[in-house]
Amino acid sequence: MSATGTLRAPNALPMRRSARVRVVWLLVLAAVLLVVMTASLALGSRDVAWSDVWAALGGADHTLEQASVAKRIPRTLLAVVVGAALGLSGTVMQGVTRNPLADPGILGVNMGASLAVVTGIAHFHLASASGYIWVAMGGAALTAGFVYAVGSLGRGGATPLKLALAGAAISAALASLVSAVVLPRNDISDTFRLWQIGGVGGASYGQLGSVLPFLAAGFVLCLASARALNSLALGDDLAAGLGERVALARAVAALGAVVLCGASTAVAGPIAFVGLLVPHTCRLLAGVDHRWLLPLSALGGAVLLTAADVVGRIVARPSEIDVGILTAILGAPFFIHIVRRQKVRSL
Amino acid sequence: MSAPAVDAPSTLRTVTRTRVRGARRRRLIVLTLLVLVAAAFATSLMAGHTFYPAHDVLRVILGEDVPGASFTVGRLRLPRAVLALSAGFGFGLAGVTFQTMLRNPLASPDIIGISAGASTAAAIAIVIFSLGGTEVSAVAIAAALGVALLVYTLAFRDGVAGTRLILIGIGVSALLDSVTSYVLSQAGQWDLQEAMRWLTGSLNGTTWEETVPTVLAVLVLGPVLLSQARNLSALSLGDDTASALGVRVERTRVVVIVAAVGLIAFATAAAGPIAFVAFLSGPIAARLVGTGGSLLVPASLVGALLVLVADFTGQYAFDTRYPVGVVTGVLGAPYLVYLIVRTNRAGGSL
Repeated sequence: MSATGTLRAPNALPMRRSARVRVVWLLVLAAVLLVVMTASLALGSRDVAWSDVWAALGGADHTLEQASVAKRIPRTLLAVVVGAALGLSGTVMQGVTRNPLADPGILGVNMGASLAVVTGIAHFHLASASGYIWVAMGGAALTAGFVYAVGSLGRGGATPLKLALAGAAISAALASLVSAVVLPRNDISDTFRLWQIGGVGGASYGQLGSVLPFLAAGFVLCLASARALNSLALGDDLAAGLGERVALARAVAALGAVVLCGASTAVAGPIAFVGLLVPHTCRLLAGVDHRWLLPLSALGGAVLLTAADVVGRIVARPSEIDVGILTAILGAPFFIHIVRRQKVRSL
Repeated sequence: MSAPAVDAPSTLRTVTRTRVRGARRRRLIVLTLLVLVAAAFATSLMAGHTFYPAHDVLRVILGEDVPGASFTVGRLRLPRAVLALSAGFGFGLAGVTFQTMLRNPLASPDIIGISAGASTAAAIAIVIFSLGGTEVSAVAIAAALGVALLVYTLAFRDGVAGTRLILIGIGVSALLDSVTSYVLSQAGQWDLQEAMRWLTGSLNGTTWEETVPTVLAVLVLGPVLLSQARNLSALSLGDDTASALGVRVERTRVVVIVAAVGLIAFATAAAGPIAFVAFLSGPIAARLVGTGGSLLVPASLVGALLVLVADFTGQYAFDTRYPVGVVTGVLGAPYLVYLIVRTNRAGGSL
């Protein structure tokens, strides 16, 4: 590992937390998720009574209140799965790159998926969410590889700061390409604007259905990599010594992370900073053992995104703040905090 | 030291000759840039959907009434070209000032969040508080200065490390950009072209009301910065060396930062944060004139040329009218990536 700017946070924490602490946190997060999901069904720009919430959950949509709750159900579910996917993929990316600043948004992977989707909509007449997903994952994978290649050039390999800088630069570059593709197309610019800010507001069951298989595959790949990620955290040499096939393990985990963030970007737009906030918080709660960390970050991501969605609906009534904006407002200061903690050689 | 003494007079002659050649080359390139800027300015006044010959344009500028040209050139093209010229000049000058002072090409105001601060403030002032004219400029300047101070303070820990400053600036930009997106989404009627002004920079629909403050800012703050060129070069050698050379370090730094931030803020309040112009001008100028001399003048000319040419291209080269920021963004993006690749290869102090 390189001398400067290496990762410190996970090593500073105890590797082992007693199993009871972890189970407690897992249960606590699950309970919080239930509360947040309930809030997401009950709260919004229209006030509804609890009886209506129950009725709507049972499938009734006779009154305006019940109908609006019924519309909140897919939205809540989408927030939960997308949040879980982003939280999990952030943790896996941090593990694979051994980099505390890794996040699908910061590394530009979301923006790569965006560019691919936008190009698909504008030039290849993609219209269905299932079409987006393949394209988005292709874009995400290409960008991830490119950013990693650029960030690992030169002395010290892929240090956190180099990787974050390469990601931010490539993200800025891709963002200008995205606007160049969208601008001439007034017909798609409105759809695109909603999608670009990052939101779960327009969720439908059809969307959910088309994205679920991909997310499931991503979840399986990531969760199956838990043990490998633990070995990788010790460094490549030690991991190889422990019998881990380093390149293969890394490729599988990275594939899982890219599938997760590509698929969630395809349905919810580029949402940044969830994959940064969640893993760090979860590590504080449960230590660095990925077998616990991965499920915890999935739960944590779901809680964060659903809560952000609820807050966005409440604070700006009668309109809404998109969830992507709220996560950026929460996440950017956190990013700055981590950058400040890093040891950086003065130029 | 028994090695044969260097032939002093001949060395001196070589050094002098190289310097003279360098200075001559510099003058030649600055002159060429000036001519190119003038040509681009003249072209953007004359050419377009209707062509007006030079003497018509001149008569309009002199205040005569020429049917057709008075409106097209006097009301539409002239303010736009003047804003392109002055905003480009300002972005180029302010950008290279930051890059020189912080000794890092990535430390330009559009990457470390200063332009984003001005742009967010301007968008808020216009969309939410319905302000206009000078008030918008004032708000933009206050915000840009505030962001510059914030980024500098956050990056300060036993001195300011360039990389930390840049990454913190990127974080701050991400925050500000999402605030801008939100503010724009609150605008009563979503207008993509208007939104593009605050997201990537645009000169569409420029009027004299927006142009005049930027021109004044360039006329006042430009000379201030140019007069600090020598001190700035000394500052880039490090604080100790600079003060040994007789530069009043803190005073120079404050003057330079305030003037550069002011330029950025005025230009952004009128034209939006035209993507990558501040970032690109310095390195391009350095390529052209070589290092050694001050880059302030060549970089400002490169900035003006970039904006003029990019705006003209965006307006007429494609079926759609692209805002200038999209054109500079698409041009600048690969260069940004290239620069990072090169910095990483060269030794990776990042």
